[in-house]
Amino acid sequence: MTTVKVNGRDHQVDAEPDTPLLYVLRDDLGLNAAKFGCGLGQCGSCTVIVDGNAVLSCVTPLLLLEGKQVTTLEGLGTIETPAPVQRAFIEEQAAQCGYCIAGMMMRTQALLQRNAKPTDDEIRAELAPHLCRCGTHMRILRAVHRAAHLMQTADASTDQRSAQ
Amino acid sequence: MNGPVTIDRRRVLAGSGALIVSFSLGNAFAQDQPVPKPPGSLATTPFLDSWIRIDADGTITAFTGKAELGQGFKTAFQQIAAEELDVPFASLKVVTADTSRTANEGYTSGSHSMQDSGTAIQNAAAQVRALLIAEAARRLNLPAENFRTDNGAVIAADGQRFAYGDLVAGDMLHAQAQPASKLKDPATFKVMGQPTPRVDIPAKVTGGAAYVQDMRLPGMVHARVVRPPSYGAQLTACDTSAVEKLSGVVKVVRNGNFLAVVTKREFQAIKAMAALSDAAKWRETPSLPKQDDLVGVLTSLPSQDKTIFQAGNRLSAGQKTIEATYTRPYQSHGSIGPSCAVAQMTDGTMTVWTHTQGVYPDRQAISEMLRVPQASVRCIHVEGSGCYGHNGADDAAADAALIARELPGVPVRVQWTREQEHAWEPYGPAMVTRLKASLDDNGAIADWHFEVWSNTHSMRPGGAGAMLAAQHMAQPFAPPPPKPLPLPEGGGDRNAIPIYEFPNAQVVHHFIPDMPVRISAMRALGAYHNVFSIESFMDELARAAGADPVEFRLKHLEDPRGRDVIEKAAQGFGWVKGQKAPPDRGYGFAFARYKNLAAYCAIACEVEVNRETGRPRLVRAVAAVDSGQVVNPDGLTNQIEGAIVQSMSWTLYEAVTFDDTRITSIDWQTYPILRFDAVPDSIIVHIINRPGKPFLGSGETGQGPAAASIANAIANATGKRLRDLPLTRKKIKDAIDA
Repeated sequence: MTTVKVNGRDHQVDAEPDTPLLYVLRDDLGLNAAKFGCGLGQCGSCTVIVDGNAVLSCVTPLLLLEGKQVTTLEGLGTIETPAPVQRAFIEEQAAQCGYCIAGMMMRTQALLQRNAKPTDDEIRAELAPHLCRCGTHMRILRAVHRAAHLMQTADASTDQRSAQ
Repeated sequence: MNGPVTIDRRRVLAGSGALIVSFSLGNAFAQDQPVPKPPGSLATTPFLDSWIRIDADGTITAFTGKAELGQGFKTAFQQIAAEELDVPFASLKVVTADTSRTANEGYTSGSHSMQDSGTAIQNAAAQVRALLIAEAARRLNLPAENFRTDNGAVIAADGQRFAYGDLVAGDMLHAQAQPASKLKDPATFKVMGQPTPRVDIPAKVTGGAAYVQDMRLPGMVHARVVRPPSYGAQLTACDTSAVEKLSGVVKVVRNGNFLAVVTKREFQAIKAMAALSDAAKWRETPSLPKQDDLVGVLTSLPSQDKTIFQAGNRLSAGQKTIEATYTRPYQSHGSIGPSCAVAQMTDGTMTVWTHTQGVYPDRQAISEMLRVPQASVRCIHVEGSGCYGHNGADDAAADAALIARELPGVPVRVQWTREQEHAWEPYGPAMVTRLKASLDDNGAIADWHFEVWSNTHSMRPGGAGAMLAAQHMAQPFAPPPPKPLPLPEGGGDRNAIPIYEFPNAQVVHHFIPDMPVRISAMRALGAYHNVFSIESFMDELARAAGADPVEFRLKHLEDPRGRDVIEKAAQGFGWVKGQKAPPDRGYGFAFARYKNLAAYCAIACEVEVNRETGRPRLVRAVAAVDSGQVVNPDGLTNQIEGAIVQSMSWTLYEAVTFDDTRITSIDWQTYPILRFDAVPDSIIVHIINRPGKPFLGSGETGQGPAAASIANAIANATGKRLRDLPLTRKKIKDAIDA
């Protein structure tokens, strides 16, 4: 048994310690967002956040995750109350087939948590590990900029509320 | 015959019901001959309730036999149905391809979805609305003209409302479609033509179950296939005893050269697959052609030669003649999600959930492979990763069915590996084109000669022999003999016939039956390379004529809609005759009408070339597209943006590689594609809407023009013409240094 904290909750996982996190998330916890794309760390579809950093879950074994905090796309928001990064991708209609998008969004989230106002060049460099085959890149870039803006707006309104 | 439908009011008033109403109209048509067919896929699936259903509680469902592949047509179809039914967009749902529920619309391919299925839904919805009005008119004993529809209800002149759900009864909508419908005036559209958010995106960005990969049926097991190491390899020995003892292994399936392992948990399957792969001994035969001489290979294979177009008879009429040969390598669909399928054999019925483009052809192929009647197989489309043509989807469906047959009652999920997808998918065929043309004294093209060498561009299922699993079984099915796809749409000769007006022209298609590398349909088929060739050569001729490339195209083009997109793209780009690009940059232009009968697209672009390294970068592109009546402008824009970016990746980077025996491009390291550092600064798409005109589709109209505009911009930047795809950094550097 390995204890792994996913989206704020502890889970006891009965899987072999070399099992990549991707299969734990998808098969043991029933989470859909992290996708199998290559199993080789080449495409970014499986990206999740571990302790604040974007991580390729297809090449990260369970044994490295004891005591760490894992966040998946499901942990950001819901279809009813989407998080800023999710709102941004919806508002920009930044998907065609959408298979690669969850991974893109998780890296975006990790980026914006440490750099609230990335430049276009910084965003392109950050997304370098990610492949999109439909050619939705222009929209993805716009969605990342929009997510940055929405997160700042959300932060600002939270600050205002707490100041009152 | 093309007039609006007029409901036979006397029959309605006589209370004979809607079904009879429509038959009475059918009889009226039968007096003429021949009976005109209703439009789109209504011609083959004419009952209205195959497309539109309304339940007594008011629930509305639209049905399509096409598969949503990420193009967004599910949203567009919902707009169309809502518009013609006069209901709010959100008040209905669209059900996609399922052999038990939807029409047989063959494959979702060739940019046909809007044209076939969108047209059927539009006309069916309009005719259903007419039937509902007729029913309200019958109830009040008033002429139908006194009624209108709004927000899901028929409304009488006195304001009395009849909700659609209250009007439908029995099999009222089980009526034959009429040849013509009273469609709404585009000027009154409320839903069609409006940018509409895609219905599938919210679930996809919040972790909803959106793909076949996300299916988890109770008791589901996980399977992995061990494919042969190369085409034609024979399994000579495989001791499975050690594999069978591994943790979680449920079964090892061996059937001839078909080898698979089934386990309880997914990662167990991955480990067991590795062990089974180690245990399998194969005999391989070198059978692959020389990758570095595709021109020699393709032009020396036996071919069936056909002149597919001839205009005039003077084949060397001009003064100044130029010739060129263009080549395209085998290219990969490269889906980001490797193929996947789930199958379950229950009570003698095999149900397969698949991201195929054709549920009915897959049902036929799987039933033939399993040697059971077609009625015992059900194929349900569930979205997968974008496919861009015939990728591994159908093969994965066959794999799942073959394995699930061994485990009755148990749902089996088969997931291909990245390496399997790259090594076994049927690639876009390599092609060679040879062009020769001459210019007259006025700098106009006097004669044009075009030859194309190509395999077929479809080896899709229908027969079992198209499926890898069926080919690998102990009692194998042979792949069906390849056939050239017929014109006017064509396959290898798609867009080979020039849309321009030339006084003398000849186009020859060399169809090559031998397929040394597994190939099938890849987005745009032969149009990608043929448009790349024609539009590159038009630039070469413009240069030889000392003419501006845009002006030169317009000089040879009569089609007014074609001229409009060319002018729009040029204007949007800021194209100025004779304008020089900044240092190390070039401007390029290209145009095509997809299949010479579908959407029009023109693209102008700016490319930067690093002279030190040869690295090209698309800086910006401006496109103009005419896809007929626009349904979802944002969806159309998304398709064209995607076409430009995807085609740029094909054009600059991509080639399947192989040695004499094995495919060697088996992942994203060995088959590199576009990454974010090469994404353009901007792409702008101008849409020319044609209200009331037929839908022309948009999924494949931009790829050819994008390729040629980039090639033309590279030539403009460097002064060197590259004709051998992909236009890699090394080829550009070598050309600059030459």
